[in-house]
Amino acid sequence: MTPARITVFAGHYGSGKTTLAVNYALRLAREGRRAALCDMDIVNPYFRTADYADLLREGGVELISSPYANTNVEMPWIPLESRRVLDDPALWSVIDLGGDDSGAMAIGRFAAALREKNAALWLVVNPCRPLTRDVESLREVRDAIEAAAGLRFTGMVGNANLGQETEMATVLSSLPLLRELSRAMDLPIIFTAVETSLAEEAAGALTPEDGALFPVTRYQKAAWSVWEPKKA
Amino acid sequence: MAEKVLMKGNEAVAEAAIQAGCLHYFGYPITPQTEIAAYMAKRMPKINGSFLQAESEIAAINMVLGAAAAGRRAMTSSSSPGVALKSEGLSYLAGCDLPAVVVNIQRGGPGLGGIQPSQADYFHATKGGGHGDFHMIVLAPSGVQEMFDLTGLAFDLADQYRVTSMLLSDGILGQMMEPVDLAAPPPRELPPKSWALTGTKGQRKPNIVNSLYMNPEDLERLVMERYERYAQIAAAETRWEEFLTEDADVVVVAYGALARVAKNAIAAARAQGIRAGLLRPITLWPFPKAALQALAGRAKAFVAAELSMGQMVEDIELAVRCARPVLRCNRTGGMVPTPEEVLQKLEEATA
Repeated sequence: MTPARITVFAGHYGSGKTTLAVNYALRLAREGRRAALCDMDIVNPYFRTADYADLLREGGVELISSPYANTNVEMPWIPLESRRVLDDPALWSVIDLGGDDSGAMAIGRFAAALREKNAALWLVVNPCRPLTRDVESLREVRDAIEAAAGLRFTGMVGNANLGQETEMATVLSSLPLLRELSRAMDLPIIFTAVETSLAEEAAGALTPEDGALFPVTRYQKAAWSVWEPKKA
Repeated sequence: MAEKVLMKGNEAVAEAAIQAGCLHYFGYPITPQTEIAAYMAKRMPKINGSFLQAESEIAAINMVLGAAAAGRRAMTSSSSPGVALKSEGLSYLAGCDLPAVVVNIQRGGPGLGGIQPSQADYFHATKGGGHGDFHMIVLAPSGVQEMFDLTGLAFDLADQYRVTSMLLSDGILGQMMEPVDLAAPPPRELPPKSWALTGTKGQRKPNIVNSLYMNPEDLERLVMERYERYAQIAAAETRWEEFLTEDADVVVVAYGALARVAKNAIAAARAQGIRAGLLRPITLWPFPKAALQALAGRAKAFVAAELSMGQMVEDIELAVRCARPVLRCNRTGGMVPTPEEVLQKLEEATA
């Protein structure tokens, strides 16, 4: 698939936008493109692309981010540098938005330019999230985001996961629901994102309707991530 | 088992409140708890509940008092500086014997402090939380599942004992995402709210909800009765978790998100041959004194790990009557120790 020069990841809070944006930007760089990841999250002061600064640098992705991301200064901030995402025709850019319509508002001011440049706007859906697991709720989220962004979605990304407890069954059982959501939203599934360790096994279960398989690495691991010793 | 969903800790608190029949939420935004208010704002209108963003934290807690006086389940949530503002209302709730649930997703302090996680409101939560003689039940979840489970329990305990239950959590637990089983807990049999201001309809004498007593004998009697209830709570509702304590030479005492870091440190210590364990208080008030006393008979030392300069450590030292050394492992201001830092204390304690 030929990527759009600008790809925007939007969706419900906690749908996995940042994880996918990081993975996608790294992939663009691996394919030999000059890639940038632009953090336009004006909602969440935590779990930002800035957490991945080292990883992105090593992977050859330029990070365009607020100097206040992950600090004690809670300041909604659109980096001045984000202008280059629009203006530099040789820069393959990924935009990570904040959740819901409050997050999508950040690109509202760039709507005309993004339309003109045929930017891709993808709706990230994790059907394991309680407020986006049926057509009615997802439609509400989608409509609110489109209204705030002044843009229409061009595709959907399936990202079924339960964090560390994601199993093959989590992925497989979500496929029919994701297809149903895709049809109801009238948005093609561009990618089905699957944890790298499960990707090979999942590949066989995907149909053309599920889009391409997108192996995703969840890089977050914190001091408070507990693996309890298995009971004998 | 019900199918699990992936939730933020703050969302799990809000969903648990709704499932517990709380139809009245009053709040004021502050990081890192705003998702609770955001979730309530989305859901309440759909279930004929009320979400109200008050003009201040003080207004919000007094709205909770009003709804509670009318016999309704009501909740407010905030983060450290905002919860401090609610102190007046917490005291009036206690003085009126009203059940309510208050959530504190703690951040660094004092003052405006910062937006990163903290446990520095332990004193405020467990030693009153306002003026006058009173206690709140203080519940300390350690994961998103417990954010859900203990919020439901908080409502039941509040109704059963006519007290305020506080969920004392932190920015890590509020913001982290984990799978949750949203199954409702088994229902408790709760006393009828015969004291509530629901209108007499000419059928009975009016109920009065009040905290002002002109006669000191009356006030003393009421406070003493309240303390008898607190003793019942301590006897029946003290909760804690023990992890690998059976043979432990050194026991970490930690709660909330930090208990998870401690578990990783304990696993590393065990791998080195150090017999380490964890006592995790789930209720911070009532504090699991008896469990600690029992451990003091076997363990050689304790490590009090806290995201503060050391507040719970005073209760630990009291509980073990200073019979064993209690080492301290403290980070503050929003900093969280690594498992290695806790491990270092375990090595020191057993050196």
